[in-house]
Amino acid sequence: MSQTDQVSANARKAGRYLYIATVVFLCAWVLVPLYLLFVNALSSAEAVNSFPKSALPEFNLGSLSFFAKFQGILDALKNSLIVATMTMVMSIAIGAPAGYALSRFEFRCKATFRLLILMTRAFPLPLLALPLAIMFIRTGLDETALGLAFVHTTLAVPFAVLITFSLFSGIPLELEEAAWTLGCTRLTAFTKVVLPLILPGITASAIFAFVISWNEVFAAAVLTIENRTLTAFLLQNLDTTAIHLKFAGGFILVLPALIFIFAVRKYLFAMWGIANR
Amino acid sequence: MNARYLPYVLITPVALFLCVFFLYPFFLVARQAFGDGGSGFSLDNFRDIFSYWKFNTTLTNTLLLAGAVVPVQLAMALLMATMVSRMGKGRDLVLYIWTIPLGISDLAAGIIWLAIFEQSGFLNSMMVGIGALDRPANLLTYQNAGLVFLAIALAEIWRATAIMLVILVAGIGLIPKEYYEAADVFGASKWKQFWRITLPLLRPSLQTALILRVIMAFEVFAVVAALGGTLFPVLMGETYAYQFDLLNSGAAAAMALVILAISIVATLIILRALRVPKGATI
Repeated sequence: MSQTDQVSANARKAGRYLYIATVVFLCAWVLVPLYLLFVNALSSAEAVNSFPKSALPEFNLGSLSFFAKFQGILDALKNSLIVATMTMVMSIAIGAPAGYALSRFEFRCKATFRLLILMTRAFPLPLLALPLAIMFIRTGLDETALGLAFVHTTLAVPFAVLITFSLFSGIPLELEEAAWTLGCTRLTAFTKVVLPLILPGITASAIFAFVISWNEVFAAAVLTIENRTLTAFLLQNLDTTAIHLKFAGGFILVLPALIFIFAVRKYLFAMWGIANR
Repeated sequence: MNARYLPYVLITPVALFLCVFFLYPFFLVARQAFGDGGSGFSLDNFRDIFSYWKFNTTLTNTLLLAGAVVPVQLAMALLMATMVSRMGKGRDLVLYIWTIPLGISDLAAGIIWLAIFEQSGFLNSMMVGIGALDRPANLLTYQNAGLVFLAIALAEIWRATAIMLVILVAGIGLIPKEYYEAADVFGASKWKQFWRITLPLLRPSLQTALILRVIMAFEVFAVVAALGGTLFPVLMGETYAYQFDLLNSGAAAAMALVILAISIVATLIILRALRVPKGATI
């Protein structure tokens, strides 16, 4: 091997190591802070407040059981789950038909409709909670899970429309047409042919809607004063509560997110590929 | 049912929903911001918020934070996306890890970084452990304004780079491989390929990613509440304070319009700066 080959081989090897090192570093950048939260959440209250901190968890459920017994927190957790589930159901129920329409039909208001959907993303939506708070008091929707779920659906439905649009576009129209020639109506062709194919994707976008609602802080804090959701409850008590309670709360907030992102990971990129256009 | 009407039937629910819960509230917020409590038109609310001593700090803080965080995130997301596009083994695992923060709320992200920066937190433990400090310092205080800013910026970078990453990875996936093959034939280096192929063709995705991210940056709220509290006032936090601590919903509405205004200005700037030439497609 000549010397220049040797040099370039070395350079390539060094580049390879740098590449791997960067990947490892960026993974650690994401994982280490999460790990530290878990250490805190899985340690007793005394350990969380003591100094210096150990980098290993005690696997003590003290903080978490204190969290579970804390006044009002289980209700907040329940509220969060209810609102997120409602958001999930509503955004799919009204979003998926629109996604189907966008992928299958040419119609006159299509451009306007797409603009409306895209516009929602260019606005700071949580601010909508301010006027809605007043509107809800007038209509009796204040302090209800449904009222907050409406606002969260506004956040989630543009995504539901765009994601289901991309999913439906991925299923050839010919499949449906074949079903029609074999005697299916539009509806039965949809339920028997398209729906089974699309179900995993729909589930993924439903989960995405759930996560959007589960994580939302501002609108939740504005719209629920008595029936706090978990994020609103934690926000309200940030200044006052003991520090181990915050970490236990953070842990409970993060846990479902980890599972959900894992469940939808295959669809994340397909979702955004189409949403770019 | 007649197929001609079917699409309209299918989009009606969303359209109605967005009219009631998106367009109408914006009308309400504008009316409230420009109202005087009665039915008249006035700029009192804006005069109120602009003359408040904290307003300038609040605005500068928000813009500074966005200005510090977004370029770093853009660079990181581009780096991560190009690295992932060359990855063979382990791609799925690495992508999953890198996209985890996508599912994590800003409040949780603030709490996570609080675990590191609080007085009995991990940063202090490490500093004392290696002997850089004698005893734990209270890091997030008024005296350490720089550190408060750093903690908030790190938490923001940690949390919201993933959303840009996902958009850019999807965008890179849309670029045909042939361009790179041709570049290889002509002997272009990877570096040159990145500047001459990836970046220009990624423009639509960069647009989406930047707009989404910048608007989110102007809405920053819970991360700041968890880490800085009142030490680092931002626009969204002040809006919340107007609504609840000062019970002045007119001023809160005016603040909302200010946030909306800077979001629109930023969106227009990004659209203009990264405009895709007419008729150009991949």
